[in-house]
Amino acid sequence: MTHAHKQPTKVERSGPPLIEMKDISIAFGGIKAVDHASVDLYPGEVVGLLGHNGAGKSTLIKILSGAYTRDHGDILINGEKVEISNPRDAKALGIETIYQTLALADNVDSAANLYLGRELRTSWGTLDDAAMESECRKVMGRLNPNFRRFKEPVRALSGGQRQSVAIARAIHFNARILIMDEPTAALGPQETAQVGELIKQLKAEGIGIFLISHDIHDVFDLADRVTVMKNGRVVGTARTTDVDHDEVLGMIIAGKCPPGAVPGPGALQSASAAA
Amino acid sequence: MSATTGGSQSPAMMEEGLIGRFLRATEIDTRMLGMLAALFLIWAGFDLYGLFFKPGDGLLGGQFLTPRNLWTLLVQTSSIAVMATGMVLVIVMRQIDLSVGSVLTTIAVAIGALQVYKLGPLLGVGNPSIWIIAVVAGLALGAIIGALNGALTAYAQIPSFIVTLGGLIAYRGLAFLLASGVTIAPMDNTYVLIGGYGPAGSIGPVWSWVLGLLACAGIVLGILRGRQQRKKFGFPLRPVWAEVTLGAIGSAMVLGITAVVNAYPWAPKVIENYAKEHNITIPPGTLDASGSALCMDGDKVVRCVSGLIFYNGFAIPVLIAIVVGLVMTFLATRTRFGRYVYAAGGNPEAVELAGINSRKLTVLVFTLMGVLVGVSAIISSARLNAATISLGQSNELYVIAAVVIGGTSLAGGIGTIYGAMLGALLMQSLQSGMSLLNFDSAYQDIVVGVVLALAVYLDQVYRRRAK
Repeated sequence: MTHAHKQPTKVERSGPPLIEMKDISIAFGGIKAVDHASVDLYPGEVVGLLGHNGAGKSTLIKILSGAYTRDHGDILINGEKVEISNPRDAKALGIETIYQTLALADNVDSAANLYLGRELRTSWGTLDDAAMESECRKVMGRLNPNFRRFKEPVRALSGGQRQSVAIARAIHFNARILIMDEPTAALGPQETAQVGELIKQLKAEGIGIFLISHDIHDVFDLADRVTVMKNGRVVGTARTTDVDHDEVLGMIIAGKCPPGAVPGPGALQSASAAA
Repeated sequence: MSATTGGSQSPAMMEEGLIGRFLRATEIDTRMLGMLAALFLIWAGFDLYGLFFKPGDGLLGGQFLTPRNLWTLLVQTSSIAVMATGMVLVIVMRQIDLSVGSVLTTIAVAIGALQVYKLGPLLGVGNPSIWIIAVVAGLALGAIIGALNGALTAYAQIPSFIVTLGGLIAYRGLAFLLASGVTIAPMDNTYVLIGGYGPAGSIGPVWSWVLGLLACAGIVLGILRGRQQRKKFGFPLRPVWAEVTLGAIGSAMVLGITAVVNAYPWAPKVIENYAKEHNITIPPGTLDASGSALCMDGDKVVRCVSGLIFYNGFAIPVLIAIVVGLVMTFLATRTRFGRYVYAAGGNPEAVELAGINSRKLTVLVFTLMGVLVGVSAIISSARLNAATISLGQSNELYVIAAVVIGGTSLAGGIGTIYGAMLGALLMQSLQSGMSLLNFDSAYQDIVVGVVLALAVYLDQVYRRRAK
């Protein structure tokens, strides 16, 4: 446990949170996928969302990105209630998402994916493919300088290249809040490190990031706080400086909330006694 | 201009032959080239077969490669080709429309009945507004039926296969009721021109050449504009020789087709009537049954080689099909609508997550399909100068076959408008080639079915190799 307690990074938490999801619930056919969950995120902060498969983290985040509509609860941006009922609403509020599946249309090229739903158009109202390709070359040049296959459908690209396209799409439109669902799942070590660098850079620009992963090491390296979910409920939230790997693992596996964490409704009732 | 074409000459590229270099430089779709080759092979095959078994005055000695047959072929293809352009988008979006044949019948019968039973008596037969009202009604009816198909698919979540299979059966019944079992005829005199009916249904040689030359100018302008656009953003340019060759081949094909349709003369009887009506004197000459012109041999009108003659030029339905093809290509490749249709075919979830209303998109695609069925219904009934319930029968199968032969993947996401139109032409070539040689229609069906399966097989082999 060489970096169980890392150097605290400065995150300004005096103002209202950038995003606050309060008491969110959603059920699919009687199964409560998310059960009264609350999370928040401050500008320039990375919050890791951890939990097993099916813990509800992806579902919670899809409510924020507009893919699902919640049954219950409020979403606040800078302290003000907002209504997010579809992905368009979320994007209008500056919430961009990199999905685990990448959500790329495999049969069109990278520029078409980059601008999907937000196409640049000529004064005639037609697609301005040349301008989109040109912009795409610029963005991809920053993220993946060796990328040359602009004319090919993204199906033909490697996992890392596809990931770059998905990331490019999320950061190109001046996001305030970025959701990254397993952003490094398909990547090799070098590309993973690249994504890590990118996250630090975006953080420095004041963008808030939700990082979903089941790789606890990844999250510890990058996140300022972690929120752990289990069976649709929040076990607890902790600063990564206040807990170590084992304690977080305990939260994920057993739902045991350590003293350094703020317990949520999903925490084991006897957690304090056990600790 | 960081990347130029000269920089990436690898040894492998140097070794590839002249054809390979040409294909790479012109960025031509090799699949389309293959289809054109297949088409020309079929044409040549039919004409050669005719040389031995049923000689005629075709290019190779048969009856297929004659201006008359090629002109007819284009007219016969236009109805299926129009619908195929819409079916491409439907199938690209992972849907299917099996109802187009029955809907065509319904629309044809409905607007046939409208002009014959209602508008004729009401406005007086021959009233110039009749054809306009009939056309608008046909297109509107198509849009309504298409929108209903789309809404049932997108909002009621019934699979489009089922929705349109139901439509296939139900609209056939509706058409039968509307027609009450009889043939509705004749159509309005202006209306029939849309189907290329009669000599006025074609635009004549002068206008055909004008259009042909305009098309050539369009090709050249398109190439120049593409070059300008690539230059502006510093993308790699095609070599000049490739651009020139491309422009030359395109223009040659356009002018070639124009020359062919301009070489198909009016029927002798039509020329005679026209001469009579317009007080044109028929020049004297001697009888020669191989000619298509008219001469006066004494006081008798006879066929001769050089005498009074008129040529058809492009038929109006063919021009309609070409315009539809251009508009649909524009929609598919240059607009957001088309981009979303293709993206939704590639990954419906991605489109949904990008904030695009894919249900509305589905309704739009089916509505467009319906409007195009309306266009085809007008063309078919105008060409026949009648509306019968046999119009449009099995058309759904020919349309889908044309689209699939044209390279559209039933898995969605892939397909081109021009491919589907070429597919329609290929299918029609097979059918009319075989009927020209008096093949039994049962054999025609067998051949068309086998060709469909073969085309899809070859396409898959091609795609696997392209990977």
